[in-house]
Amino acid sequence: MAGSRDGLVFRPGGGHSAATMPDDHTPAPLDRPTQAPDCTVANPADAAISARGLVKQYGDGDQAERAVDNLSFDIPFGASTALLGGNGAGKTTTMAMLLGLLTPTAGEARILGDDMATNRHQVAARMNFSSPYVELPYRLTIRQNLTVYGKLYGVSDARDRIAHLADDLNLTALLDRPSGQLSAGQKTRLTLAKALINRPEVLLLDEPTASLDPDTGDYVRQYLADYLKQTGATMLLASHNMPEVERLCDHVLMLRGGKLYDAGAPRALIERYGRQNLEEVFLDIARQTRAQPQATEPGDDV
Amino acid sequence: MTYNMGNEPADDTGAMKLGTVVRQPALGQTQGQRWHRMSALIWRHWYLLRGSLPRIFELVYWPLVQLLTWVLLSQFLMGNSSWVAQAAGVLIGAVLLWEVVLRAQLGLTLTFLEELWSRNLGHLFVSPLHPLEWVGSLMIVSIIRSAIGLIPAFILAALLANFSVFDLGLPLVLFFASLMMMGWWLAMIIMAILLRHGLGAESIAWMSLWVLVPFSCVYYPLESMPVWLQPISVVIPATHVFEGMRDILFDRAFNWWQLGLSLGLNVLYMALATGLLLAAFRKARQDGKLLQMGE
Repeated sequence: MAGSRDGLVFRPGGGHSAATMPDDHTPAPLDRPTQAPDCTVANPADAAISARGLVKQYGDGDQAERAVDNLSFDIPFGASTALLGGNGAGKTTTMAMLLGLLTPTAGEARILGDDMATNRHQVAARMNFSSPYVELPYRLTIRQNLTVYGKLYGVSDARDRIAHLADDLNLTALLDRPSGQLSAGQKTRLTLAKALINRPEVLLLDEPTASLDPDTGDYVRQYLADYLKQTGATMLLASHNMPEVERLCDHVLMLRGGKLYDAGAPRALIERYGRQNLEEVFLDIARQTRAQPQATEPGDDV
Repeated sequence: MTYNMGNEPADDTGAMKLGTVVRQPALGQTQGQRWHRMSALIWRHWYLLRGSLPRIFELVYWPLVQLLTWVLLSQFLMGNSSWVAQAAGVLIGAVLLWEVVLRAQLGLTLTFLEELWSRNLGHLFVSPLHPLEWVGSLMIVSIIRSAIGLIPAFILAALLANFSVFDLGLPLVLFFASLMMMGWWLAMIIMAILLRHGLGAESIAWMSLWVLVPFSCVYYPLESMPVWLQPISVVIPATHVFEGMRDILFDRAFNWWQLGLSLGLNVLYMALATGLLLAAFRKARQDGKLLQMGE
């Protein structure tokens, strides 16, 4: 299956036939794609997010383990893409390299055209991220935390922006409460507010609706969808919530063992795997993974 | 399959579409923006301090206890030691100036530890903040913390022992600068060690400076040290500050050479410590520790 437009070619990994896919989730019969899908464009500077030949290896010699292994993909401006995979698939490591928090062993990660390993400061003010696994200072109140990050990102109207975000994310009544006293769901909303404080052009979100009740989760998903639509921002989302991915993302990158295993639009993947939804596709891939040694990576609790 | 542009509906053709690339000018590199980011970190720690009475109490408590002990000891020695009697306040001055080094070092190290304890490094270093801007802001925080801790001690010294550190005159400012620098480069080395080894090395933050006390000639002149130890003392910047302080108190003479030597050594060590800290940051990025570090 391949398609081309605007001089670009996207070839998802082949090898699956919907007719051969089982109806249950027994792990055995899944065939590996015959080749890694090509999700790159001719010039990485033309993509909002670009990974080219990304490798992250820990240790040397016999002890060497590759958390990410020759990963390449480009995400066009304005696209919403999900990074999916089981634990140890390489999602957190990939995100960390894209954020400039982790130096790749090989390859390059670019955001808005800038190499994150060497030129992170050129672009950092135009992007942001949230993760429930990276904390904000817990003795500072919500207002203080957002004020600090507003200043760090050079937000000129920080006071108004904080009020606006607090209103949108139902944090107004909690603004003067220390973040250490917040519930898990409130913390998730705080980290999301921090991620949006600078109106980022590129958003990297790790489990943005973790710990939220279904009602609030639904509200936040709609809020993110509206933000992306209104601003044209580019989003890379790591999530284990498959309905969320189907709703927010127009493209999915499936990782397995640190490699790009498959990719495509959620609907296309579902059809290709002969499944009813993305969760079943995920299970097909993840359960196949368990039969193989998994690369380990620090902090991979996505 | 399609990437859409946010405003365009997805289709299932398997193709990607790109938007027009509009490279914006680089952000975040002007002096004003640098100061804005540094001020953010100063506010972050000011919020922490002003919201925590135990933290403020701790800042004030140790210098006061130290001073009280040495005031009482000095008063005893005034009548029993001709050396101390020659220059009232020589021991109290030494205590106060040593507290400057200690507060500068702890001020920087503890603010760094606050970030580790709160697992905040990931957010900080995804932002436009440069490590040197960060360290610069922490230095300013350490000045604020030192002032909170030392000003009450200075007042107490004046009240109890009739010793004003300001009697040292203009050189006091230069002594302070030199001692603060020594506290900072030592703190930067400790931060590099913490980045490399994590919070398991936390105790180094508390004990490292005390290793230097015997060699820094805080309470006794360099010439009283064993000859074989003197080369170690000579390369410690604080030694020359305390020698200079004693010159003023005993001889009413300011020794520019001692001060210059002290500042020169500090500049050298500061440059080395900066290099070490930046190398530790690079290593932390390679190992993924900026994302992982915390309690």
